[in-house]
Amino acid sequence: MKEHNINLTLKIWRQENATAKGYFDEFKTSVSPHASLLEVFDELNNNLEKEGKDPIVFESDCREGICGTCGMVINGRPHGNQTKTATCQLHMRTFKDGETIYIEPFKAKAFPVLKDLMVDRKGLDVIQQAGGYVSFNTGSAPDANAIPISKTAASLALDAAECIGCGACVAACKNSSAMLFVSAKVSQFALLPQGQAERYERVQNMVIAHDESGFGSCTNTYACEAECPKGISVSNIARMNRDYFVSNMKLQK
Amino acid sequence: MINLDSKVPEGNLSEKWMNHKFNMKLVNPANKRKFDVIVVGTGLAGAGAAATLGELGYKVKAFTYHDSSRRAHSIAAQGGINAAKDYQNDGDSIYRLFYDTIKGGDFRSREANTYRLAEVSNNIIDQCVAQGVPFAREYGGTLANRSFGGAQVSRTFYARGETGQQLLLGAYSSLNRQIKLGNVEMHHRREMLDVVVVDGKAKGITVRNLLTGEIESHSAQAVVLATGGYSNVFFLSTSAMMSNATAAWRAHKKGAAFANPCYTQIHPTCLPQHGEGQSKLVLMSESLRNDGRIWVPNIVGEKRVVSDIPENDRDYYLERRYPSFGNLAPRDISSRSAKYACDEGKGVNGGRSVYLDFADAIKRIGEPAVREKYGNLFEMYENITGENPYKVPMQIYPAPHYTMGGLWVDYNLQSSIPGLFVAGEANFSDHGANRLGASALMQGLADGYFVVPYSIGNYFGSEKPEKVDVKGAEFKAAEESVKENTNKMLSINGKQTVDDIHRKLGNLLIDKVGMSRDEAGLKGVIKDIADLREEFWNDVKVVGKADEINQNIERAGRVADFLELGELMAVDALDRDESCGAHFREEHQTDEGEAVRNDADYAYVSAWEYKKAGEWELNKEDLTFESVELATRSYK
Repeated sequence: MKEHNINLTLKIWRQENATAKGYFDEFKTSVSPHASLLEVFDELNNNLEKEGKDPIVFESDCREGICGTCGMVINGRPHGNQTKTATCQLHMRTFKDGETIYIEPFKAKAFPVLKDLMVDRKGLDVIQQAGGYVSFNTGSAPDANAIPISKTAASLALDAAECIGCGACVAACKNSSAMLFVSAKVSQFALLPQGQAERYERVQNMVIAHDESGFGSCTNTYACEAECPKGISVSNIARMNRDYFVSNMKLQK
Repeated sequence: MINLDSKVPEGNLSEKWMNHKFNMKLVNPANKRKFDVIVVGTGLAGAGAAATLGELGYKVKAFTYHDSSRRAHSIAAQGGINAAKDYQNDGDSIYRLFYDTIKGGDFRSREANTYRLAEVSNNIIDQCVAQGVPFAREYGGTLANRSFGGAQVSRTFYARGETGQQLLLGAYSSLNRQIKLGNVEMHHRREMLDVVVVDGKAKGITVRNLLTGEIESHSAQAVVLATGGYSNVFFLSTSAMMSNATAAWRAHKKGAAFANPCYTQIHPTCLPQHGEGQSKLVLMSESLRNDGRIWVPNIVGEKRVVSDIPENDRDYYLERRYPSFGNLAPRDISSRSAKYACDEGKGVNGGRSVYLDFADAIKRIGEPAVREKYGNLFEMYENITGENPYKVPMQIYPAPHYTMGGLWVDYNLQSSIPGLFVAGEANFSDHGANRLGASALMQGLADGYFVVPYSIGNYFGSEKPEKVDVKGAEFKAAEESVKENTNKMLSINGKQTVDDIHRKLGNLLIDKVGMSRDEAGLKGVIKDIADLREEFWNDVKVVGKADEINQNIERAGRVADFLELGELMAVDALDRDESCGAHFREEHQTDEGEAVRNDADYAYVSAWEYKKAGEWELNKEDLTFESVELATRSYK
């Protein structure tokens, strides 16, 4: 394990608001290999604040890779070059001494920049509101063991349900499609008995909301799967496409 | 004096909640839409309450400072959620879950609340399964369970190491459905900065729009705070970066009593600190203690690498001191034991960490089985530390994690301000002086789904609170005071950053109000914190403007409140001249270092009433135990 500090040049995207012109701000820094990238940002910001300058706006919360708040494009890749890693889990030991790192916000038409590295991802919520649920009211549930669910089905459903809603799939996609995100929720419910009653309405409603929120179409490049910090599989998209196709038949008026 | 009527219903423990539900006033379905409720926070408690209130027909306005209601820190809970289902046929029952919880809390919680928690635990599991939460299953398709600290039965339901995420996404899905149906109006990126009280009742909130800086007022006939705990007062904790006490603290300053602030839980299994620039501490689920063995080298100054340390030079201190619970001893005991081992110089490489070793488990059940149970936790460990825990033992150290203290509430979860309800970690209600593992998710959802929606109906039905207009004087005054506070922070232009001061506060607290406390240390630290608060208001540097995205302003406001709360924690710890649960006073221990409670003098809830910065009045709610005998906790 490397113990000595490493020297880095950070080129960080600054942008006043959605319509302003952005630019790269350059910082030279020496960091501990054990620090996380966001801890390097904390320190940069602390120094900027001391100098009376505006700190770099970026979002993060849990710093454990589960809340989905953080997200930056690091050297051209959403969440950086480590697989199954969110930005907050990226540690400096993965960079080389003397390296220059380019850091930009997630870029997509549906994710307008709010300031610096902070973007607006509300389209993702709109998709969930369109059908990402089982319709029942608190109190009306039967006993939890009333419906047996095979270990395999539960496990596959959980694989899909692990999506953290960060939007890296959108940032990775040349079409800015959120289909990996949509299919993860569609699949979770399609795989479970609880989701069957609304299975076909759900996929219709969520896909429509996806398209209306400004996300692009899926052309199966699999860039989303490669960048997903939870490793959500594109087989979920296939499952969703099948359900979507069936739903067009079933729901034909 | 604050009225601390607990409103615990009459009757046998097991009948209180049922009787209470029957006796509560109802609001008929057609009238429900005439009542509006504000819910602040969208974690398990907040999202659960907002969704359920929406389903019942109330008009709900929900608020979060996140960009999406799915991001609350409930999402990071790993290990699981307890329920008294007794699916494992190992002798569990509602009474046993209740008893374990009240014993785990060292008999410092309200009996009736804790019992109700155990009682509704089973409904929670049913509810979550119906939502499509993919809990772990057995091959036959039934739900799987595992065991957790402080219990000898397997009652913990889980979804890999992501139980909190799955439960929160369940609550989020129910909330989304209500948003879609128009029953809940969702306000993102709004931080609550004040509660508005009109004629003695909570009638609204003041929020800052985090995108524009605009100060907004919102009114409703009741307000629910589900704004989480205050572990971030320690600067380094397992809480999310934004977790804070501001909403609860501003309510406290408006008249809500703050209860048991000194009950803060230091979680035993977290990753050790790597250096000065550390921003937060990461928890490893304590479910790891089911199969991992905790030890330190027996020899002070041990220099050998771990594989060269022979069995008889290892001290499995939990197994040695607590043979029947072993590595599953409750959190406070496990944490303190790690601290002592490191204080003695037996920590790994003489530092502040202990080993959590899976070698025996891998030998016993094989690496694939260990991977199946803990795979994602092991991955996370390797990702952060760069070490492979299948090959070398993990290193862990305790970290501030959960706060049992919080706003005082009665049995209805109503604070001492009528119309202001407090749910989840933000209240002090159910865990006494220490919370058992897998009980936080349980309490958040119990409060959100099954308690607040009923008790708010009762408040509406019996009190019939009037609607008020946000143009009223009280709302204007709250807006002015929030703006004034912001401008004041911006105008100081001192030399220290917000983080500099927050870090100082954290060091003071972890040292003197952390895993062990004593009179001299507490007296000293009360003064030190008051001085640090002065320093903040004279020397802090907050940059940027008030009317824009300004994360510096956001943090400054939160730290200003932590500087007051931190002092109250020390004041409370000094008042409580006994050891109980997570509150360990050095003066009160047995020869073997076990905590000694003083039930004769301290079986009360400390409910502090705010007078002015640095000045509080203590109100006491006596705890009476009708069903359990106050035993000395023993996990030997």
